[in-house]
Amino acid sequence: MANLLEIKDLEKSYLKVGVNFGGSRVKILNGVNLTIEAGSCVGLIGESGSGKSTLARLIMGLEKPDKGSILFEGIPAKQWIKNNKGKMSVVFQDYTASVNPRYTVVEAIAEPIYASGAVTDLDQRIDRLLVKVGLEHEIKNRYPHELSGGQLQRVCIARAIATNPRFIVLDEAISSLDVSVQSQILKLLHRLRIEMNITYLFVAHDLQAVSHLCNKILFLYQGQIVEELQSGELAMAKNKYARDLLASVIPFEV
Amino acid sequence: MAGFWKRFRNDNLAMGVSLFLLMVITLAILAPLLAPYDPTAQNIIDKFQGPSLTHWFGTDQLGRDVFSRILFGGRVTILVSVLTMVVTIVIGTVLGVMAGYFRGTVDDVIMRICDIMLSFPSEVLILAIVGILGTGITNIVLATVIAKWAWYVRMIRSIVIQFMDSNYIRFAKVAGCSTGHIVRKHLLVGAIGEIAVLATLDTAAIILNISALSFLGLGVQPPTAEWGMMLNEAKNVMTTNPGQMLAPGMAIFLVVAAFNFLGDSIQEALNPKINRGFKTKRYSLLDSLFGRKKVVTE
Repeated sequence: MANLLEIKDLEKSYLKVGVNFGGSRVKILNGVNLTIEAGSCVGLIGESGSGKSTLARLIMGLEKPDKGSILFEGIPAKQWIKNNKGKMSVVFQDYTASVNPRYTVVEAIAEPIYASGAVTDLDQRIDRLLVKVGLEHEIKNRYPHELSGGQLQRVCIARAIATNPRFIVLDEAISSLDVSVQSQILKLLHRLRIEMNITYLFVAHDLQAVSHLCNKILFLYQGQIVEELQSGELAMAKNKYARDLLASVIPFEV
Repeated sequence: MAGFWKRFRNDNLAMGVSLFLLMVITLAILAPLLAPYDPTAQNIIDKFQGPSLTHWFGTDQLGRDVFSRILFGGRVTILVSVLTMVVTIVIGTVLGVMAGYFRGTVDDVIMRICDIMLSFPSEVLILAIVGILGTGITNIVLATVIAKWAWYVRMIRSIVIQFMDSNYIRFAKVAGCSTGHIVRKHLLVGAIGEIAVLATLDTAAIILNISALSFLGLGVQPPTAEWGMMLNEAKNVMTTNPGQMLAPGMAIFLVVAAFNFLGDSIQEALNPKINRGFKTKRYSLLDSLFGRKKVVTE
């Protein structure tokens, strides 16, 4: 399969807070190399502070890298995003802050549709999207604070798939949901991927959720990808950090 | 915005205060038609009269009708303060949004200029500018704008930065929304409550400021009526006729208080969450003072 995303020698550092005059920087990403095949689901695992979110922000074009390249189908990310409006999308961890509190559900879902330019039969499109993510029509005119966490995250997913994107970044998309809701959302994401042929980058710290959904899992540790595994061969991890992480999963039997 | 008006209409204090301000502004605009006397006509024989049917608020030390002077004074005070507020807020919003949205070099340049402006104490700066340009209404407006814009740029920039950090703006950027869309739909709509609060509080502060300058003899020149200057003139006869301070003092107090309450009410009406029983602490004092009830809408 062709590569959708190719990242080479990506580096990113931030100024240390409080010591700007010395110009000392903290290196967050230190030469990241990764490829994501079209149609696949790639999991990105790492502990807090390992640079997952920074990497996600760089891929989405929200920040500029210090060094290295991010290529979508061989085109620099910035250019690709410009040429393919609405073909990349994102679902965030913190659902309460990811919808404008002054938007109703309809307005939130309509926003990316307007942005991508193709506005035809908006009402029906939104109805179809709501059905797709398993939401009732009654919630259409509600505000975010009138929805439950699971409902709101479904709205975020509906909004993310509204423009038929090819690539979605799931930035810890299920981490702040209840366990029972987590599995529902995972199933929903899995179904949508198959139906709409979307490529996922699933950023998470929860190994179990990732291994359930992804074909390939990357372990990010101290700004570098230290291990790359197919989901079937988790037991074959060679890197110490990846093995520790795998060992730390608490097995439980019912 | 429909929700905003609904909540605003249901808030008794907000409606009362708006009506009051509307009335004050109408009275000020219609002053030439409504005033029973010429505000500058002197009648030294009738000086220091108490309130009566012929002179509602009495007369001052030169026998001028205080009610007419309050009406004409309101024209100057309110016109000048609203004009100053609009100019400062527009400058503050444009530069603040630019600095907060684009960050980087743009932000650095704007902020360093603001730092320079903020290193002068604003009262001294206003006095200095009025001193150089001379007294007069135009120069007061100019001096107040020069002294204050930097502070508003700072405030609005920090409000904008807080919004820029939210995930819905990140999403809008990823979805390919234009800068104009993000600024209008997310930043301005989100920040307008806080900007409105700044603006109304600012108007109140400017009314006090202009009154203070007139009180010092640097603002509006006699015999033009202006509330601060009326207070200044009343000060001279404070020991013999303390009642002279009542009318201009109350006028300033009521209008300033009304603008402050209006600011609070706008913020409350703009935030859908506040009506849901999530009231934040800053409203609790006001609520208890005015016995404001929670508004149930929808």
